[in-house]
Amino acid sequence: MDWNGLVLLSVLATSLVASGVILLLAESRVVLRSVFNLAAAVLKLLLVLWIILGVYRNVDYELRFTIIEGVDFILRADALGIMFVGLSSLLWLFTTIYAIGYLERAPNRSRFFGFFSLCVASTVGIALAGNLFTFLLFYELLTLSTYPLVVHRGTRESLRAGQVYLYYTLGGGALLLFGVVALHVLVGDTEFVPGGSLSGIDPSLHPLLIGIFLMMVVGLGVKAALFPLHAWLPMAMVAPAPVSALLHAVAVVKAGAFGIARVVYDVYGIEFAYSLGLLGPLAVAASITIVYGSLRALTQDDLKKRLAFSTISQVSYIILGISLFGPVGTIGGLVHLLHQGLMKITLFFCAGNYAETLGVHKISELDGAGERMPATSVAFTLGALGMIGIPPLAGFVSKWYLGIGALSAGMNWVLAVLILSSLLNAAYFLPILYRIWFRKRDRVWCEGKALGWFETSGWLLFPTLATAAFALIAGLLAGMPFSPLYWAELIVSREYLQ
Amino acid sequence: MIGLWSLPLLFALPLALGILSLLAVPAWRPRLIFVGLPLMAAASLDMLAGLVISGPQVYRLGDWIAPLGINLVADGLAVGMILITTLVTGLCALYARVYLRDHPPSTSFFWPLLWFLWTGMNGIWLAEDIFNLYVGLEVMGLAAVGMVALRATPPALAAAMRYLLAALLGSLAYLLGVALLYGAYGTLSMAGLQEAAAANATTQVALALIIVGLLLKTALFPLHAWLPPAHGGALTPVSALLSALVIKASFYILLRIWLVLGPEVTPDFTAGLLGVLGAGAVFYGGWMAWRQHHLKQLVAYSTVAQIGYLFLFFPLVTNTGPEAARLAWDGTLMMLFSHALAKAALFLSAGNLILAVGSPQISHLIGISRFRPMSLFSFGLAGVSLMGLPPSGGFTGKWLLLHSALLSGQWWWLIVLFLGGLLSAAYIFKVFRMSFREGPQIDRSVTPPLTLDMIALLLAASAILIGLTAHVPLHWLRVGMVFGAV
Repeated sequence: MDWNGLVLLSVLATSLVASGVILLLAESRVVLRSVFNLAAAVLKLLLVLWIILGVYRNVDYELRFTIIEGVDFILRADALGIMFVGLSSLLWLFTTIYAIGYLERAPNRSRFFGFFSLCVASTVGIALAGNLFTFLLFYELLTLSTYPLVVHRGTRESLRAGQVYLYYTLGGGALLLFGVVALHVLVGDTEFVPGGSLSGIDPSLHPLLIGIFLMMVVGLGVKAALFPLHAWLPMAMVAPAPVSALLHAVAVVKAGAFGIARVVYDVYGIEFAYSLGLLGPLAVAASITIVYGSLRALTQDDLKKRLAFSTISQVSYIILGISLFGPVGTIGGLVHLLHQGLMKITLFFCAGNYAETLGVHKISELDGAGERMPATSVAFTLGALGMIGIPPLAGFVSKWYLGIGALSAGMNWVLAVLILSSLLNAAYFLPILYRIWFRKRDRVWCEGKALGWFETSGWLLFPTLATAAFALIAGLLAGMPFSPLYWAELIVSREYLQ
Repeated sequence: MIGLWSLPLLFALPLALGILSLLAVPAWRPRLIFVGLPLMAAASLDMLAGLVISGPQVYRLGDWIAPLGINLVADGLAVGMILITTLVTGLCALYARVYLRDHPPSTSFFWPLLWFLWTGMNGIWLAEDIFNLYVGLEVMGLAAVGMVALRATPPALAAAMRYLLAALLGSLAYLLGVALLYGAYGTLSMAGLQEAAAANATTQVALALIIVGLLLKTALFPLHAWLPPAHGGALTPVSALLSALVIKASFYILLRIWLVLGPEVTPDFTAGLLGVLGAGAVFYGGWMAWRQHHLKQLVAYSTVAQIGYLFLFFPLVTNTGPEAARLAWDGTLMMLFSHALAKAALFLSAGNLILAVGSPQISHLIGISRFRPMSLFSFGLAGVSLMGLPPSGGFTGKWLLLHSALLSGQWWWLIVLFLGGLLSAAYIFKVFRMSFREGPQIDRSVTPPLTLDMIALLLAASAILIGLTAHVPLHWLRVGMVFGAV
């Protein structure tokens, strides 16, 4: 094992070791646990930055060993994977800070933070997986490690949500497993290579490949919450806010979307997938999900539920971008993977802040919250406007590229979907902003957290502001080196110039 | 020469220790393991070294050659079984030393029985002729029945009685088959039978008797009824031993006999029928496990289900081409080994949870994740392997079986593996669901000794690890077998 493989392993190990240690720590060791957890998160972020620079300079990071003959365990950092790793490790740090504040004095914190770290380890594994087998391994590990977080509160409702979550994800995982095994039988170990590796296959097997693609996309679509496989996501909202933030912005839904990207780009290859006629139906499925999610979001009064349906809709932008044949659409989809993560985590942090500080869970109770919590409300506003796609925020960049991509792929109807969905986004976000800023407060809030210098606990406020700032910068400075857009363009140049 | 001193030791030592511990006063019985375990471990490792250095070995007892003397064969599979037996039995013995302290002195008969059980199992792994297999089967079976009866409560005795009847009936059928074969061909050695046996009515009846007898002892659906009360009701280390190893012994014999005689002698539908029964076991066992209210009964029914996977071997290996057959072989053995580790871990951690809450009911596990995270973690790790989720031995085995089923075009077994995995997830998560529930606080949760938790964790972790390094054991298991030359 060379030095670079070791670096790669340590990125995975930071959160894996953290998870093990935290699970073993006694409940009362609060300070030790927090210090350890944050140290691991910072260390991981530094390692990831190091690898990002390396990948930029075309250094190979690879680690492999044999599991059974013909099946290897492969970790490899390529441009696409490291983008997802970067997002997860950045947001892991912020979510950990946030969760320390959020769960202050709550029971079962060792269990929570332990599985939280395990979740991140699985996400990193998914991102760095170098073949379908390794991907599958971490994909299932993610299912297992998120279950304890969904049922964390131990109430009847959260146990029910956990059960539904398992039905969907284990079923989806089994479908994915079949797809992967079937592909394995056909062509052997399928490593991820830019441009895909299947285009040379015997044409008589094409119908089989279409079936396998369908199976894998349905399996992955469960986690990506593609309509009609989305029902677990709004139910999982009973989990604590940091979990919702992590599940929705980073880990689970992105793992699904990322998996679809891997299958389309690095297994089938975008051109081969296009020639099999697989991209059109995928675009339709994504478009239906986009509109459906937005429509359902309109009618939710529970803030987190509305955000959840918004997630369902927004994640499908990524899938839509993947299914648009041509570099511009791909850029739009991939950049949204990062942008949506930053914006949505901000929104969930804000929802958590309102709930913890004011005891407000419903949108109809938010009247005048801007006056009481200006900083949180500014962050919320930035996130919401970004989601709608107002320039120069991050969401605008994504939608711009998606639109151009649709036109250049000759799928003009996608433009209509984008416009409709932006209108719907505005229709469900602007009333919230109106209530926050322009209505007068009409009720007494039960003030949850003891107040220090700020409008709410600093543990909650700073991560919120930080992610909001990142979302703002990602849009404002989209043209600068190492911005999300810059990186997405780098990936696309490597994918299409094979 | 390497391997020659250790091979007889593998029978002689447990037999001697068994007799010795029978003579010893109860307080001294457990202490014999400090002599026995290191020696058994050394002998097992020496067998492994012998296999690695000089390949599969044949040992002639008293230097008599085959028709007269007794041949012992240490090929890859036999050595693999010896190693897993030493590992699991050794850990269960260490567990029992702590666990039995709080039980009445009469349970100290566990120790002689343990050594006899071990003698019988090692005899089976190494025997090359079908009569010695019978002897091993009887020694092991009687010791196992005795262990089930140790608790001496009326339900335990009833379960032991049922087990005894099933075991005797099974070995009787087996013995009849052996007698028929001996009468027809005048040989008991497998190699001799392989050469001599023809597909006539005598052979077929003999083989049918042998197969049915072994199915009864393996508790394959629908002959499984004796298993849940026996495995679920026994003392925890006994349950672990029985589920992890003892039922594997009769399966092992079946596997060996099938490879020697099966496809040539039996009618074509036999392999398929065994697969269908296996599928029935997967569904029925999983369904029944999910319905249990008693933690150890749940684990016992899980064994009924998991046995079913092993029987997919027969249709997948018969007339399917070398590649599919090799994958089926690898997959079945992976399943067998990871089940041995995972089920031992599952029983031991279930025992720890029961010790902690003082009740065998699953509904009394409310909120236990707060108090006994370690026991629950072991339970979960073992569960991961049983559900066939990665990364674990169960997953690797399932992957190989799926691969083999697809390659041989028998897609219907995919459904079995698919639904079987989901059913096992249902019963494993049933326990977890309860443990995460926040209910009335249990203040009577006691802390079992750390040793008990550590042993369960070690076994569960091995079930995970074996999946990640599967190619190493699978390589050595193929040595000396028909699948070796790939």
